Amino acid sequence: MANALEVEGLSVRLGGREVLRDLSFDVPARSALAVIGPNGAGKTVLFRALIGALPFQGIVRWAPGARIGYVPQKLDIDRDLPVTGRDFLHSKASLSRVPRQEVERALELVNLPYGVAGQPIGTLSGGQFQRLLLASALLGKPTVLLFDEPTAGVDEPGEERLYAMIGRLQEMEGLTILLISHELSVVVRYATNVLCLSGERPCFGPPDEMLTPERIEQVYGEPLKYHHH
Amino acid sequence: MQWPGLMLSIGMAVAAGLVGCFAVMRRMSLASDAMSHVALPGIGLALLLHFHPLLGGLAALLVGTLLVWGLERQTRISIETVVGVVFSLALAVGSMLTSGEELVDALLGAPGTLGAWELALGLAGAAAVVAFVLTQRDRLVVALVSSDIARTAGVHVPRLELVYLLAFALTVALGLRYLGVLLMGSLVIIPAATAKVLARSLDAMFAISVAVAVSSTVAGEALAPVLHQPTGPVIITIAAAIFFAGLLLRR
Repeated sequence: MANALEVEGLSVRLGGREVLRDLSFDVPARSALAVIGPNGAGKTVLFRALIGALPFQGIVRWAPGARIGYVPQKLDIDRDLPVTGRDFLHSKASLSRVPRQEVERALELVNLPYGVAGQPIGTLSGGQFQRLLLASALLGKPTVLLFDEPTAGVDEPGEERLYAMIGRLQEMEGLTILLISHELSVVVRYATNVLCLSGERPCFGPPDEMLTPERIEQVYGEPLKYHHH
Repeated sequence: MQWPGLMLSIGMAVAAGLVGCFAVMRRMSLASDAMSHVALPGIGLALLLHFHPLLGGLAALLVGTLLVWGLERQTRISIETVVGVVFSLALAVGSMLTSGEELVDALLGAPGTLGAWELALGLAGAAAVVAFVLTQRDRLVVALVSSDIARTAGVHVPRLELVYLLAFALTVALGLRYLGVLLMGSLVIIPAATAKVLARSLDAMFAISVAVAVSSTVAGEALAPVLHQPTGPVIITIAAAIFFAGLLLRR
């Protein structure tokens, strides 16, 4: 299977501290990679390096013609920012060079009601806002989607729906998914491979090898319970 | 008031209203206000060296903008802090370079007589700023919500930032004649702040901001001679009155 992304010897320094060191992994096309690790392990830093927002050493090789849709970690938006969901999506559509009709299709795909998209984005609930960001990431027919903790600030039923939606989209559109998540039960269900980032040695492999109790204790520094649903 | 002056001040106000929308939405209101102060040492130097004070002001603004942009990128200190230091220094140095009546004019604005080339240059500057905001609107909006999303959509974020700051500096330079160093920043911020209070969408925000900027500028220029007051403070008083009226209206 061809790779959507190949990373070799990736290191990132931030403010004099080496956050990521000599990281290597591949992401096969149409697979799902879950990135796990404790707070401060550099998960978001990894994503920002992959999209070229941070300087890094090493090699990041996206498949030719890769188009990236990015869903960032919970954003801090003013409640009274006079930008509606539709304002934002129309702007994103024009940057991704797709016609405005695509906006309505993306809203349908993520199940966001018409009226909600017309509200200022600061007034949306956590789940609605995440679905709006997902819609924006889908504009321009991406080949790869990057999710940085997509369910932060979303209640549990909403979380289930969001992951089900991501799984469905992956199948329908043949997408490659990179996902940062704390929900190990989700990781087990959706991920093809798991990348654990933790201070000393990163590890990489399929979930059933990575998510053994011993490994989890290594990564998080303490035994962590997770349950299969 | 004569029509060339009126045209120029309307052009300046439209530019201020549009540029201000993004300044307010990006929460850089105070920074923008202080940014106008950097023009003062340029005006002072220009007066000393006998060339046009507005050109000196514009030059100083451009240099100050590059300095702020570079410092923010190099040191990763917040823009508020950088602007606070650099532009207070500019105000201090500028006050030492300029003196007496000239200082008061530079600080508060003095319309004076308008040369043909000043009019042409001013209108061209205003048109450039308006064109920038309207054509780059989509990039500015997406970068406002998330610079990382903008990046994955192919936006060169640092460059967009720089051009935005330059447009801001140019807008301030356009208003130096009418509002002076102390108050031009306020004409950028107050109409946009009013619009942010009232608007529920981006188009509405642009429209309200421009309307407030233009109407307070025109009314201020008409009223100032009648009240025997300098134009700048009258314009800003009117704009601020509209802002407070807007706050009441929202409820």
